[in-house]
Amino acid sequence: MNQIDNANLLWQVTQFLWNEAAILDAREYDAWLDLWQAEGLYIIPIQDAEDYADVLNLCYDNDKMRRDRIKRFQQGFSISSAPAAVTVRTVSRIVIDVVDGESVVVSCGQHLVEDKFGRQRLWAANVRYTLQSTDSSFKIQEKVVRLLNSDGVLNSFSYLH
Amino acid sequence: MNQLIDAKNITLNPDELVSNYKIATPMYTSSELFEKEQEKIFRKTWVWVAHASEIPDKGSFKLSKVGREPVIVVRDRKSNFHVMVNRCRHRAATVCEVHKGKTSSFQCPYHGWGYGLDGSLRAVPYPEQYGDDFDKSQHGLLKLRTESYQGMIFATFNEDIEPLEEFLGAAKKWIDLFMKQGGGFPVKTLGEHQFAVPMNWKVQLENTTDAYHFPVVHKSFLQSLDEEAEETFSFLDGEGFVEDLGNGHSVMVMIPELVDLEADLDRKIPERFEELAQALRDESYPEDQVRRIVRAAGGSGFNLNLFPNVACSMAFFRVLTPAAVDKTEIRHIAIGMDGGPEVANRMRMRLHEHFQGPMGFGSPDDAEVWERIQRGVDGGRELPILVNRGIEKEVPGEAGPRGHVSAETGMRAAYAMWKRMMQE
Repeated sequence: MNQIDNANLLWQVTQFLWNEAAILDAREYDAWLDLWQAEGLYIIPIQDAEDYADVLNLCYDNDKMRRDRIKRFQQGFSISSAPAAVTVRTVSRIVIDVVDGESVVVSCGQHLVEDKFGRQRLWAANVRYTLQSTDSSFKIQEKVVRLLNSDGVLNSFSYLH
Repeated sequence: MNQLIDAKNITLNPDELVSNYKIATPMYTSSELFEKEQEKIFRKTWVWVAHASEIPDKGSFKLSKVGREPVIVVRDRKSNFHVMVNRCRHRAATVCEVHKGKTSSFQCPYHGWGYGLDGSLRAVPYPEQYGDDFDKSQHGLLKLRTESYQGMIFATFNEDIEPLEEFLGAAKKWIDLFMKQGGGFPVKTLGEHQFAVPMNWKVQLENTTDAYHFPVVHKSFLQSLDEEAEETFSFLDGEGFVEDLGNGHSVMVMIPELVDLEADLDRKIPERFEELAQALRDESYPEDQVRRIVRAAGGSGFNLNLFPNVACSMAFFRVLTPAAVDKTEIRHIAIGMDGGPEVANRMRMRLHEHFQGPMGFGSPDDAEVWERIQRGVDGGRELPILVNRGIEKEVPGEAGPRGHVSAETGMRAAYAMWKRMMQE
C-alpha cells in the first residue's frame, strides 16, 4: 500500500472506532451488536495469554454471551444497570498494526470516565481490534480491552468498555 | 419486640450493637468500632490468606492481607507454609511488591536487608555499625502462626488460639464436600476477580448466607439461563436450609442434590453440561469419570461461610478484606481441577465469568445493593437492621440451629461470634 492508501485506511478505521465509541456512550446496544461478526469475540482479560480461552477473564463473550449481556442491560431487572453509570470515552493513539487481505489489526488507547452516585471514576485501556473490511465499512472479529489495572482491585461495570 | 433503637444513646457496647437479632447502625458506620474489630477479631482469630495451589512450588509466594495488614504467604524448600508481615524490620519498607511469584529470598529495597523464605534475617549490609549485641535471630520478619486444612491456608497473630482444625470444627465436613468439585483431581485456583465496594465488611459477611436476595437481585442472571438451570437456581421453594456450625461459621444449602458431588452419578446430565460430557467422551474418558467430572464442573450446591473472611461459595472462594469502615475489597477466586481436562476447566472459567466479578451477570448487582446499604445507613440511625428472619421456625440441626434456606440463621451465627470476640 502506498502512503495515500495508508492514510485513507487509518481515516476509515478511525471513523469506525469513533462511531463505536459514540454508540457505547449512548448505550445503543442493538447498533453495537450489528458491528460484530457472529463468530467474533469480545474479551476483557485480566492477564496476558496466548489464548484467552485458557485463562480467567473479566469477560469472554461470544455472540450468545454478547446478546445475553445486552439483554441484561436492556430488560431493566439488573439493579446495577437500571440506571447504569453514564460514560464519556475518547479513543486515540490509533495505530494500524497489520493489514492482511481484508483483515486489519488496529490498536488504540482509550480513556473512559464513568459517573454514578455523584462519583466519577477513570479507566484507561489499551484496546486491540481485529476488523474485517466489508463493502462499506468494517465488522469486528475480535476486540480485546486491556484495562491498565485489570489484575488489580476494580469496581463493577454496568456498561461496556 | 421494641422496633426502634435509642438513637441518642447508642454506645459501642457489643451488647447494644447486636441485640435480640437487631443490629444497630454504628455496626456499619463507626470508624472507632472498625478499629476495635481489627484488634479484637482480625488480629485474634484465624484469617484465610491463600490456597495452597496459589503457591504451588518451593519458593512460590503471594501477597495477601490479614485484616488491613499486608502479609507474604510463602512455601519454603521443605514445602512448609510461612506467613509474615510485609515490613522490613529496619525501617518498615515493604520487602515485596510483586503480587505473586517465585523467589529464594526477600530483600528490602531501602538498605538491602535480606530475609529467607521463612522470614529469618539473613543479610545486613555493613553490619559493623550495629555492635556485637545485635542479634539477627531477633530481627526476622514478623511471623504469624500458620496452619492449613484441605489446602486452605490460614494465619493468625494470636499465638494462644486453638488449632485451626478445632476452630473450623463442624465446618470441616463441608470443606471436605466442597473439595469434591475437583472431580477426582485436586482443587486448584484458576485466577481471580477483585473489586472494591463502598460498604462495611459485615455486609459482605452477611450476604454469603443470604439466599433471600437471590431471586430479586439476580433476576437478570436467572433470565440468562436455560429453563433447566433456572429451575436449579430457583431454590427458595426447595428443601435447602441454613445451619449454624459454631464459631461464627454457617452453611447455606441451596441445591440439596448438589451437596455430595460424588453421589448420584447416574443422574441425568443437565442440558448445559451435555456439550462438556460429549467433549470428554471424545477425549476417551470412561463414562463414570465423564459423569464425575461433569457433575463436579458446575460446583457445589451450598455456601460455606467461615468467620471472618472467607467462604467456599458454590464454585469459588469468596474472600473479603476490610479496607476501611466503609470500604471492603472482595476477591472471587475461580477454582478447577488440577491435572483435569482442559475443556472442563475452560467451562468452569466461563461459568465463573458469567456470574462473578466486575463484568459478571451477578456480582455488579450484588455490589449495587451493598453500596445502597452503606448509603441507606446515613439516615434513620434509630432504625434497627433486622436479621431475625426465620428464627421462629428454626429446628436443631447436626451442629447448631437450622433454619429455612432463606432464614438469616447464618448471619445470627456470625454476629454471635462477633459479639463473643468483641467482648473478650
